[in-house]
Amino acid sequence: MEIPYTVEPRPDTGVYNAKLGIWLFLASEVMLFGALFSSYVLLRVGATTWPHGYEHLNIPLATVNTVVLITSSVTMVMSWASLAMKDIRKYRVYMGSTVALACVFLVIKGFEYAAKFEHGLYPSGSTFLAIYFTLTGLHGLHIIGGIIVNCYLLGPGTRMWKTDPARFTNRVEVAGLYWHFVDLVWIFLFPVLYLL
Amino acid sequence: MSEAAPGAHAGVHTDHHAPPGFWRTYVFSQDHKTIGIQYAITALLFLLFGFTLMMIMRWQLAYPGQSIPFIGKFFGDANAPDGVMLPEFYNQLGAMHGTIMVFLGVVPLAVGAFGNYVMPLQIGAPDMAFPKLNMMSYWIYFVGGLTMLSSFLIPGGAAASGWTSYAPLSVIATAGQTVWLFGMICLITSSLLGSVNFITTIFQLRAKGLSFMRLPFFVWAQLVTSFLLLLAFPPLEAAGVLQLMDRLAGTSFFMPSGLVVSGQPLAYSGGGNPLLWQHLFWFLAHPEVYVLILPAMGIVAEIIANNTRKPLWGYRSMVSATVFLGFMSFVVWAHHMFLTGMGTVISSFFQATTMIISIPSIIILTALFLSLWGGSIRFTTPMLFALAFLPMFGIGGLTGLPLGLAPADIHLHDTYYVIGHFHYVVAPGTLFALFAGLYYWFPKVTGRKMNDTLGRIHFWFSFAFINGVFMPMFIQGLAGVSRRLYDGGAMYSHAQGVMHLNVFMSVCAWCLGLAQIPFIINFFWSIWKGKKVSDNYWDATTLEWSAATSPPMAHGNFATPPEVYRGPYEYSPPGSGRDFLPQNKPEEAR
Repeated sequence: MEIPYTVEPRPDTGVYNAKLGIWLFLASEVMLFGALFSSYVLLRVGATTWPHGYEHLNIPLATVNTVVLITSSVTMVMSWASLAMKDIRKYRVYMGSTVALACVFLVIKGFEYAAKFEHGLYPSGSTFLAIYFTLTGLHGLHIIGGIIVNCYLLGPGTRMWKTDPARFTNRVEVAGLYWHFVDLVWIFLFPVLYLL
Repeated sequence: MSEAAPGAHAGVHTDHHAPPGFWRTYVFSQDHKTIGIQYAITALLFLLFGFTLMMIMRWQLAYPGQSIPFIGKFFGDANAPDGVMLPEFYNQLGAMHGTIMVFLGVVPLAVGAFGNYVMPLQIGAPDMAFPKLNMMSYWIYFVGGLTMLSSFLIPGGAAASGWTSYAPLSVIATAGQTVWLFGMICLITSSLLGSVNFITTIFQLRAKGLSFMRLPFFVWAQLVTSFLLLLAFPPLEAAGVLQLMDRLAGTSFFMPSGLVVSGQPLAYSGGGNPLLWQHLFWFLAHPEVYVLILPAMGIVAEIIANNTRKPLWGYRSMVSATVFLGFMSFVVWAHHMFLTGMGTVISSFFQATTMIISIPSIIILTALFLSLWGGSIRFTTPMLFALAFLPMFGIGGLTGLPLGLAPADIHLHDTYYVIGHFHYVVAPGTLFALFAGLYYWFPKVTGRKMNDTLGRIHFWFSFAFINGVFMPMFIQGLAGVSRRLYDGGAMYSHAQGVMHLNVFMSVCAWCLGLAQIPFIINFFWSIWKGKKVSDNYWDATTLEWSAATSPPMAHGNFATPPEVYRGPYEYSPPGSGRDFLPQNKPEEAR
């Protein structure tokens, strides 16, 4: 007996298994980052002084990174759309761009971190720096997780396109939902840490 | 790899034609029944280990400063020179007892074992929705458990800041605390993967005709429990990450400015908030209480309906109460923090929500009590444990009400009264229900039943001694004896009148340990030599009993996909002249 609803949606719930699974997973991620943002609010409200983000952080670099991530979300959707139109070559191009853009994001982030360390700004310096490094570091780990999944779907995972194309398309859709979430977290991080 | 999308692992099927090898069948199995058994064995061992820690601590409480007989010399000079337990070692045992019992014993047994084995069978599913994820969640739990155990062996010993790990004490504690945090992150990841899997399975893989209001109450309990695990654990993961940063990167999330320890100012930048840890911790740990109790209620409901031979009284009310309980459990956490100076407004809010959340628990318990009314009760071994659950959980729940009211809590906070209260909920409450479940589903797993005589010995002695351990704690607590005291309170004059109870409680605890021997013998003896029984030994109605006894260890629990025609508890249906109607038995033509 096969496990049902791996490809086609169950009629009464309207989703296939992995889609429900990823939404539940994202709900828990919302709670994770929600708890961290709440901690940020509590610590900032309780602090006697709190630096503005632009005093320590590089806003132009972060703006570039925001554009990079949003673009990667677009290419992610395009890769899924290409599969829906049965075009595996275009899928490869768009998925490859998504992975490349994610790497660009990490490299820029790496330059930002390096500049901080050069100036002797470490997490232990102040609560602001602590929360900055913790939140962006955790977000960076999520980016790395996304890169690993997307690389799998770009490399060995593509074999499934020949055997079960509908299911492979679903996988890309699910990975995309995760990727948009990671993107969305950055959309919150950017103003909270850099601008406010 | 917790970031990996579940879709990437979803249901790659093992080939049914080629039998998988030993490793795939018994160790890295993707079959929910094997994983359930793995969870059960691991969790039972952890329960025994956690209980042993407590039996050692009880010596120190009963006879403070005396050499531990027989085993004292094995702990080494760093922990117990000449067999006399050091305060640091006592703190380690206390912290690890709590952690192991809650996170490595009870929850994995209640959710990982029973949920994994029974739930997919009860909804007529071929397996869990994501078998690979299921396997990962067991092995991450296993690694987390080993990590926790390994902390006893490092210099400075295991975590010693209590299972609550309150900052700033935990931030400046020895390296054991770091290991504790890594262990917790493993356990949180494991239960996160598990809960995604459980919820997806219940929503997606229900058999044809099995609508939500036809689900057995046990499945409802597992569903709400999974939502609690899914949404309440991430804040603790966040808190764990922040505490790791405090410990490893020198940040000050939980370190206030100007903290002086032993006359030395600490080298932290300060500006943090120790209360932040408490908020994040209890935001998990209060829903966690319901994670501990809901599966137990589910098991008890199944067994009571089966052994009274009548439907559960108020099934719909019980389901609504469970869902309401799940929602409410997210807004009561700060009743653990009345003494932290949050202010009376916040305290009033959490008092009110705490009184409200007692209502659904009382509805469920009342419904279970009323289910007994007019039933022809079969006093089987599982039924004895299930019946004992009702008053024991009742005591645990009712003694919690004074703790939920700030004026009473000011007196009772952090006394032995609190210990008595939550142990009544979890030990003679949840653990008795879990024993009931073990006796009840044993025939389904092994095809043999456990011995009733040994079962009754196990039940009556456990019942007597467990009350002997916990009932005196209320007396000590009302007298004002604080918890976590190395000498059990001997140094305080106000405790002198109730000190003699410590010896009685310790003797009861050791006898309780002895009372588990019949269970251990029974368990192993019955696996190989127990009486062979039929597929539906208890004449039950739910779907798991229509599967073959010890269903084969591969995907595919039922020969044909079952179809459901009625609710879960059609015992003695009026007019049919039958004792019970299974859920999957087609309607007879009249």
